[in-house]
Amino acid sequence: MAASILRRSLLTPRCRAGDVAALHSGPSRRRAQAPGPIASGRRAANSPAGERGVAPWVAVVGLEIHAQISSNSKLFSGSQVQFAAPPNSLVSFFDASLPGTLPALNRRCVEAAVMTGLALNCSINKKSLFDRKHYFYADLPAGYQITQQRLPVAVNGSLSYSLCVGRKKNQMVTRTVRIKQIQLEQDSGKSLHDDIRSQTLIDLNRAGVGLMEVVMEPEMSSGEEAAAAVRELQLILQTLGSSQAIMAEGQLRVDANVSVHHPGEAYGVRTEVKNINSARFLARAIDYEIQRQIKELENGGTVMNETRAFDFKLGCTIPMRDKEGKQDYRFMPEPNLPPLILYDTKSLPANTNHQQVVNIDWIRERLPDLPSVRRVKLVEQYGILPEHSFTLLNEDGLMEFFESVVRQTQMNPKKVIGWILNDMLGYLKQHNLKVKESPVSSLFLADLLNLLERGTISSSAAKQVLEELWKGEGKTPLQIVKEKKLELIQDQQELEQICQAVMEGHQEEVMEIKKGNQKVLNKLIGLVQRTTRGRVDPVLVKQILEKRLSQ
Amino acid sequence: MLRVSLREISAALKEGRVSPTELCQRCLSFIKATKFLNAYITIAEDTALKQAEESEERYRRGQILGDLDGIPVAVKDNFNTAGIETTCASNMLKGYIPPYSATVVQKLLDQGAVLLGKTNLDEFAMGSGSTDGIFGPVRNPWSYSRQYREKSVQNSHTENEDSNWLVTGGSSGGSAAAVSSFTCFAALGSDTGGSTRNPAAHCGVVGLKPTYGLISRHGLIPLVNSMDVPGILTRCVDDAAIVLGVLAGHDPKDSTTVQDPFKPFELTSFIDASKLCIGIPKEYHAPGLSSETLALWSKAADLFENAGAKVIEVSLPHTRYSIICYHVLCTAEVASNMARFDGLEYGHRSSMDKSTEVMYAATRREGFNDVVRGRILSGNYFLLKQNYETYFIKAQKVRRLIANDFVNVFRNGIDVLLTPTTLSDTIPYVEFIKEDNRTRSAQDDIFTQAANMAGLPAITVPTALSEKGLPIGLQFIGRAFQEQQLLTVAKWFENQVKFPMIQLQGMMDHGHTVCRHQKSAFFS
Repeated sequence: MAASILRRSLLTPRCRAGDVAALHSGPSRRRAQAPGPIASGRRAANSPAGERGVAPWVAVVGLEIHAQISSNSKLFSGSQVQFAAPPNSLVSFFDASLPGTLPALNRRCVEAAVMTGLALNCSINKKSLFDRKHYFYADLPAGYQITQQRLPVAVNGSLSYSLCVGRKKNQMVTRTVRIKQIQLEQDSGKSLHDDIRSQTLIDLNRAGVGLMEVVMEPEMSSGEEAAAAVRELQLILQTLGSSQAIMAEGQLRVDANVSVHHPGEAYGVRTEVKNINSARFLARAIDYEIQRQIKELENGGTVMNETRAFDFKLGCTIPMRDKEGKQDYRFMPEPNLPPLILYDTKSLPANTNHQQVVNIDWIRERLPDLPSVRRVKLVEQYGILPEHSFTLLNEDGLMEFFESVVRQTQMNPKKVIGWILNDMLGYLKQHNLKVKESPVSSLFLADLLNLLERGTISSSAAKQVLEELWKGEGKTPLQIVKEKKLELIQDQQELEQICQAVMEGHQEEVMEIKKGNQKVLNKLIGLVQRTTRGRVDPVLVKQILEKRLSQ
Repeated sequence: MLRVSLREISAALKEGRVSPTELCQRCLSFIKATKFLNAYITIAEDTALKQAEESEERYRRGQILGDLDGIPVAVKDNFNTAGIETTCASNMLKGYIPPYSATVVQKLLDQGAVLLGKTNLDEFAMGSGSTDGIFGPVRNPWSYSRQYREKSVQNSHTENEDSNWLVTGGSSGGSAAAVSSFTCFAALGSDTGGSTRNPAAHCGVVGLKPTYGLISRHGLIPLVNSMDVPGILTRCVDDAAIVLGVLAGHDPKDSTTVQDPFKPFELTSFIDASKLCIGIPKEYHAPGLSSETLALWSKAADLFENAGAKVIEVSLPHTRYSIICYHVLCTAEVASNMARFDGLEYGHRSSMDKSTEVMYAATRREGFNDVVRGRILSGNYFLLKQNYETYFIKAQKVRRLIANDFVNVFRNGIDVLLTPTTLSDTIPYVEFIKEDNRTRSAQDDIFTQAANMAGLPAITVPTALSEKGLPIGLQFIGRAFQEQQLLTVAKWFENQVKFPMIQLQGMMDHGHTVCRHQKSAFFS
């Protein structure tokens, strides 16, 4: 267990309750508290002790994640789904809850949920139900949200995720969190509060967009674990195409249930942290809340069952002034939607119109390789390290880039990965670019690596070429090599002369080596490199130098 | 001319004996002449005349859209009509002009029907008298019939002629009054607990509540989604079958409509009664059932028996829980359905705007009457977490038992059930309002409610006049989706009883006030 994150000093609370007005996000802010944490002895107790030497604190973290379904139209209406469209331009009569309108379930949304359920090892309920959850809010036109409270579409799944642990963060461990359920539900609209005019403006474009709510059991113990689980879920959703899952666009919203307790004791009182709408702050928000609760309890205080929002500017959680916190949602079956019936190949009635039914087996057969499978394949196929496979998948498009380079070069993939992860990714990160925005195409990189592999240039020359390629001027690596005269010096005699000259100019080093300090040999090799601007093969230079030194 | 049936006027149009425009104008002027009935909330004169002209053009070209082309109809004001105000007789929707039409309205228009206007009702269809809407109560045309007037003179309590006017029943009282007073040839009602059949019975017209799922509810402003069905009010059973043929069928906009294609049917006049099995549910001998209605009911049973049908007493043991069960389910759905009326997107918005919450509260206080607010309150109470099991779940279980009673009866060979529609004939408004809306609704829905619980088709057929000269209807309840069988039986019965036509005094040219049918000897 990642003990280090439980250090008290990790984050310093800087803000008090009520400093900042509550922020609002999607409908999740008003959902009922999930049933209390279950007592279980599964959690290991290896967290550092509290200040007074009592048993260490252990944090318990559960997640509720709302993923916006990637579909052309909304969950129950024909309105388009589109991010950042002009306000109220994507609103059907149903979305605006005009009297007399009725919901008609979008088949694509059901398929997305089934797909996601299968990918998360869930059992898919062949019959699921829709319910109304009531609350008054300006961006909820009907006064209720249609959700799946009683019988959701998928239940009892699991998600495996990996994270780096250890002092140097160089040890990969894989953990599993159980998925309680996945339910289909409507998104709400958006309220924009104009404090100056004391007005609230409502945009219903988002109202009625399909959401999958993924409920993870409280089986994580740190922000880092939660962040890794969310990242893996995000990758899975994106691989399936069931959600674009871009947090910045609100397509993936995370609420965390956080509590702390001493191992062996009952679970502590939970708070719900809302509005964690950025991957960057996910771990921080949860860790802050863990530390806040520990501090509160150690100072003799109590943790209140409340909803808190994470303020990313202040880096802390603050209570949401949400009067509806204790509200009764008065759930009721949605009378306008018959039960959602799904089929498998066995139960599919004969002569069915395939447009009218969803066949679970059909979807299962067409599931793409999930990230975990892809990683294993990458490791097996290319002989790269498992952590490299994680990096390849974590960056959008990087795996495709890597495979494309590998296809076009004779270089061993194990060597290619170094160029991809160190040189290429380093540069992109430094310039805040996405893989698809890279000025160096996979073809050019492959060409470059081929020049290196064939011995046309040295690896340090290759780096110079790459520098040149980043400028994106369209020159091929070979052109650059030619222009800059970076080809390796192939002439043995010329090399011998250069080495001789370097040795003569550095007698002290030569003496050192002759005394037995072989490390200095590398300095000489470097000097030869510098003299030739990297146009030599270091292996060859080493051989020549060694030969001459032993003479 | 206005007093004939839809089928007859359709024939007259086709034969050119009357033009759609002429017909429309006549109806419109008659609506004005009978304005005191308060049957209509909105008269769509301009659009109606335009529709009539278009129809006329189609007749001229010989390209009519169907049997309803040029036929003036009326629609209860809880169905959305694009461009025509739709109020639900509530302050909440006063002035609300919907941007779309209900599927059933659109189907009528697509058949060339001429929409005369929107008919009066209890606010949001909550009531059984058509007395509790913001536009005031609907008056039963029979209040002004010669049949009733003559009898009430005999009973000598007519010092003030106008004080004794009668309620139509409800909540589709406007539609029933409109059909009964000849201002239209068919009207749409809605039926959640009897709201179509009850006023139809009190106004002496046919009222059909089809099987749940046969007709789209899209655009019907809901009362109880799981029980609401668009209802059809006509002068005779044949007309109801024609309108049903136009309205029935799957609607992708209403997921609760069945997918099976519906085949419109024509009714035969002849039935082989010996193959018919009529069930008489003994539980319908309810307290409060008038001796007249009871007598009529057993005469009707005899009629079938004498014609060779098997008439069997059956039991629907759970029906007596229907009203209380309905109270829970209805108010729960009402509480939910009414949540959308918050003054934001449409409808009434209070000027009190200190905060969003204050605005909600004031809007809903001002927009809804006591009946609606009362039901919202009880419904929310039943849906509270701590009450949900005790009330809502239990009511749902009882509903299942009620529905199963019918399943059992029909499984045992019963084709159609015969019951009263109402406890008695209608009563004067001054009497009606002595009890509150809730009490009245509970009493008046007693025979009609269970069919909604079970989703079954039911039809009320005007049967005879009471001693006071007022209509009494009897109800037939059929198997789910067996409308053809139900209506065939109803039509046969209609032909036997020869219900007298209303003789309206002072509202029409007296020269036309001819009784077309003589009362049958049997029921006199």
